[in-house]
Amino acid sequence: MNTLDQTTEEILNLAATHFHVPREQLAPNDDFFKKLGINSLQALDLLTRLEQHFRIELPDYELQGVTDFRTLAERIQSRL
Amino acid sequence: MKSFSGKTLSWNTVDGTVELALHREPCNEIGSATLTELEIFVAALDTLQKDAHSVIVTSTRAEGFCAGADLRELYNRSKPMPAADRLHEVRSFLERIHKVMNALDAAPFTTIAAVHGVVFGGGFELALTCDLIIADKMARFCFPELRLGLIPGFGGIPRLKRDLGNAVVRDLLLTGRSINAAKAQSVGLVSQIAGEGDALRVARATAAQVKKFDRETAVTAKRFVKPIPHEELRQEIELFCQLFSRPAVEAGLRKFVESTDALPYLP
Repeated sequence: MNTLDQTTEEILNLAATHFHVPREQLAPNDDFFKKLGINSLQALDLLTRLEQHFRIELPDYELQGVTDFRTLAERIQSRL
Repeated sequence: MKSFSGKTLSWNTVDGTVELALHREPCNEIGSATLTELEIFVAALDTLQKDAHSVIVTSTRAEGFCAGADLRELYNRSKPMPAADRLHEVRSFLERIHKVMNALDAAPFTTIAAVHGVVFGGGFELALTCDLIIADKMARFCFPELRLGLIPGFGGIPRLKRDLGNAVVRDLLLTGRSINAAKAQSVGLVSQIAGEGDALRVARATAAQVKKFDRETAVTAKRFVKPIPHEELRQEIELFCQLFSRPAVEAGLRKFVESTDALPYLP
């Protein structure tokens, strides 16, 4: 099973690739809405890609109030 | 009318398939303009069936298939009205949209919803009128209405109950969560999953297969396996109107309208 750091790293890589942001510009504590420049529609797109990547279901209400990659990774980690 | 190009949607008949494409910005919200054009489409079905055996409902908007009812229009139109007039307006809209949805549900074609992106609320309900749902792998389905103090009002609950197990219906409705295409397929909602950007192509291939069958047999089979839940659909209108009259709904709609977020009712 992934560690939290591994999960965070995979999320950062996926976000960088999909939203065309250089990987080195993303850090675990970044606000992903601001750093990726995404709105709630695009956040849903990210959610779907994360569900596919980690082969989990992550209900969107679990993301309520979550804005940084690290907390997002914790939510995912709890379903791996 | 073999083809039509309106403000919110268009259709064209190609090789025996009518392709109805929603194209209203930002994500095909269903308000009075879309309703009027859907009524024009439904009125044309009799003529269309002379040349077509199937209908594909799709969207040209990158954001998705349809984000649901046009809540901004609903709020702005009803806000200045006295409560009784507001309710009358909503009921009238629901009666009209139910007629459209029921006609699409029973249409003497094999109907296919080719969906991608956001398939929310009224958009989900529109897809549920179709015989088959073919989903892009990035599609998401959701009934967010309870977040606004409402229930789905375009026939969603009776059609979900018809098509899925009650536990799944409760999950979708009572949590208001969105589910992805793979989950939707696993519960029996989605017939086929297409790669990103390929839902329409897969729908066209399915329509080509459907064309091989005798029309009358296909229509007979459809009527046999897909009854319209008229009584529950009537109940849904009544329940929606009961809920709509409450102050909490106005507050929820105001919050929605004042938000600049693309999907203000999420997560």
